[in-house]
Amino acid sequence: MHEWALADAIVDSSLRLAKERGLKKVNEIFIRIGEVNNIDLDAFNFALSEIMKGTILENSKITFNVIEATLKCNNCGFIFNYKNEFDKLSPDEKESIHFIPETVHIYIRCPNCKSIDFDFIEGRGIFLEDIK
Amino acid sequence: MNFLDPRIDYIKKRFEKINRVIGVSSAKGGVGKSTISTFISLLLKQKGLKTGLLDLDIYGPSTHVILGVKNIKLNENYGVEPLKIDNLKYFSSIFFTDNKPFLMRGDELSDAILEILTIVNWEELDFLVIDMPPGFGEPTLDLLRLIKKIEFLIITNPSIISLETVKKLILTLKEGNYKILGLIENMKINDNNLIIDSCEELKINYLGSVPFFYDIEALFGNVDMMIESNVSLYLDKVLNKILINSF
Repeated sequence: MHEWALADAIVDSSLRLAKERGLKKVNEIFIRIGEVNNIDLDAFNFALSEIMKGTILENSKITFNVIEATLKCNNCGFIFNYKNEFDKLSPDEKESIHFIPETVHIYIRCPNCKSIDFDFIEGRGIFLEDIK
Repeated sequence: MNFLDPRIDYIKKRFEKINRVIGVSSAKGGVGKSTISTFISLLLKQKGLKTGLLDLDIYGPSTHVILGVKNIKLNENYGVEPLKIDNLKYFSSIFFTDNKPFLMRGDELSDAILEILTIVNWEELDFLVIDMPPGFGEPTLDLLRLIKKIEFLIITNPSIISLETVKKLILTLKEGNYKILGLIENMKINDNNLIIDSCEELKINYLGSVPFFYDIEALFGNVDMMIESNVSLYLDKVLNKILINSF
């Protein structure tokens, strides 16, 4: 699963941050997930729980903060909702975006002017927000 | 706190398992960077070394054409497993682009490259050859930041126009103290010493030349023919220079 690699990455960064802060135990992990990454949250949560076993992160409460994706066209300035366009795609196209979110520029066009030149205003990427 | 991008730590971890990373680079297009990347990867593999080839020339990927890659089916295992072509591990963005144009602005190109470096599970390798992004923009700077062990193999053809741009690439790399394996003069059509003299002037290794082969494209798609070809004879001499003191 792709989610396992991402979970492994989150665990690595969490452990590094805990070490920097001198924490002996982590009880809560906050993770920001962009909608564009199209993560299977159940699979991601399971992978995190498994990888955290035997570390100071074990049994931490995991809080996902899923950010809705919004795009802005650089050509005409139109701001549009990502999900409306994503829902029109084929399963293969959706899977490509899941692995490499920037492939949205292949499969999605600005609904107003059909340009490929748009930016993510928000809703892209996976980040470690904080640990407690 | 600022949010942490977990890809940064993870990329470093992925590359700990890779012994040497060769970035095949040329600031100028059309000099044979992708062709040489592919041949060198195949020759390393042929020597029994665990080798990967990563095409990061995202705006214009072409190594899949040289290798004749078709019928792509990827497996997932802690990320995405590279394709295996006769024991050469191979990854290109075309696996996710349906071979359509993949155009975006520089910061997003950089993000796409970070994503690829994160998700591709190379496991242990002796060599990873990277067909580098064109030019010297943000994506290349990210690679320099994240893959400290990268060693550069510079490609040019015997043209003052290519050389002019390649010189700037070499000077930039030297200023940053990045390791330059040397330069290959590709598509050589005469006996002048333009490139050899420039290498002396720039104090970098001239690794050798590859003549202009008019029929090289007839080899594409046939890995065995590529390995047995005259192109490989020339590049094998270059490789032997690179492999000295390798292990």
